[in-house]
Amino acid sequence: MDLILEGVKKAFWLLITFDPEVMGVTLLSLQVSGAATGISLFIGIFTGTLLALSEFRGKRFVVSLVNTGMGLPPVVVGLFVTIFLWRNGPLGFLGILYTPTAMVIAQAIIAVPIVTGISLAAIQQLPAKLRLQILALGATRRQMVWMLIKEARLPLLAAVMAGFGGVISEVGASIMVGGNIKGYSRVLTTATVMETSRGNFDVAIALGVILLFLAYLVNLLLTHIQQRRRPR
Amino acid sequence: MVHGKGWGFVFAGVFISSIIQIAPFAYGGPKAIVLATTTSTQDSGLLDVLIPLFERKTGYFVKTIAVGSGQAIAMGQRGEADVLLVHSPSAERKLISDGHGIGRRLVMHNDFVLVGPLEDPARIRGQRSAVESFKRIALARSLFISRGDHSGTHAKEKEVWGLAGIKPEGEKWYQQSGLGMGQTLSVASEKKGYTLTDRGTFLALRRNLALEVLVEGDRTLLNIYHVIEVNPTKWPKVNARGAKALADFMVSKETQEVIRAFGVDKFGSPLFFPDAGKEEKDLGK
Repeated sequence: MDLILEGVKKAFWLLITFDPEVMGVTLLSLQVSGAATGISLFIGIFTGTLLALSEFRGKRFVVSLVNTGMGLPPVVVGLFVTIFLWRNGPLGFLGILYTPTAMVIAQAIIAVPIVTGISLAAIQQLPAKLRLQILALGATRRQMVWMLIKEARLPLLAAVMAGFGGVISEVGASIMVGGNIKGYSRVLTTATVMETSRGNFDVAIALGVILLFLAYLVNLLLTHIQQRRRPR
Repeated sequence: MVHGKGWGFVFAGVFISSIIQIAPFAYGGPKAIVLATTTSTQDSGLLDVLIPLFERKTGYFVKTIAVGSGQAIAMGQRGEADVLLVHSPSAERKLISDGHGIGRRLVMHNDFVLVGPLEDPARIRGQRSAVESFKRIALARSLFISRGDHSGTHAKEKEVWGLAGIKPEGEKWYQQSGLGMGQTLSVASEKKGYTLTDRGTFLALRRNLALEVLVEGDRTLLNIYHVIEVNPTKWPKVNARGAKALADFMVSKETQEVIRAFGVDKFGSPLFFPDAGKEEKDLGK
């Protein structure tokens, strides 16, 4: 129990002294997960909206795949990305294994189904008549889609939070494709794993506290945006 | 919606700037070396001392991938690492004879110790022979926690079981954690079991463990680290020059002195004993 207290104290100490290593690790966590979330938003909102608005045979099957993908195990993603990025693997010519770029790719793969699934649900729950109404007012199809996305922005922000929360907290993929290299590809989660195995439980707890704090700050910001304007 | 757009720009800004900041690192180039090694060299903190020295001296950038020796050797086998620092001699010899590794050189050693609960149900405390102790544990059917992860430590443990003529797999008292050394020690401590560990990891974690060293000093328990370069004729993408530079650095005189001094201030005794230039069979005599 005193270990946890020790860890919390350590976290404050590391934060207020701006410990350069911890700051670097924290910043990289934000950058990697921020970039991965950004990419997953572009792909996920587009795919989710497309799926929600189109009717085709086998749609249920595709949707069930997306929903399963929302729970993609990070280690499995990490394993596949590693094998693809190996020097002698199919994408080896890129030379990006054990780089932050590889971590962004792996995390984006984890986040895309999450964002897609929530976007799909967000667009689908809009009243069906809304589409007809917008079209009847003379909007083009593109304008209609844009208006629907704007209409669904509150649940879409939930997609951002879920996606970001999913990737900033994952460790399995990051450690496999990033390698936890000091000062280069070490993020909060992989550092926590390493400090735990080194027996530095207080530092590990401190990193955990910082991670929680960071996730909280980001979600506070997003919630603030989401809740500022109540719908209608 | 003005505000909404404002936030949109904020997010786009954060997103783009993070991509830009990450991008320049994307390519390692000829200056990057992938070092696949065991967790014990990283967890002990030794590499945190050695690697920056090497980088400052040579300008190379070392990507240290700390995994079990089994995985590190597998990475060498597939040409996915440039140089290995590992402690699993028989697997290493196989790597060399298969032609995937070259220039295997002795770097350092420390030792494995057999640790267990203070109660010592199998009564092995003070035993000189590791093999005899393993026999007693099997006879008493006392709980033994194995790494079970093909690491160097696991390989050593299997070697000792083999010497004792015992096949523990599948026995109720023999459990495989499948975890790293630190976590395996925690499991052994919580479940009051015996386990084989490298001395460095045990020393580092001792204050959180209800375990003590029961058997030590047997020659069988030597833990020997070698550096191996991955063969560039088999794997053309290997950074052969960088691998050679790092391997040479490991066995250089200054590095060996750093290894000798490492950990003395924290643990009162060295964690590793430098052995460059010696023969494996002469160790521990």
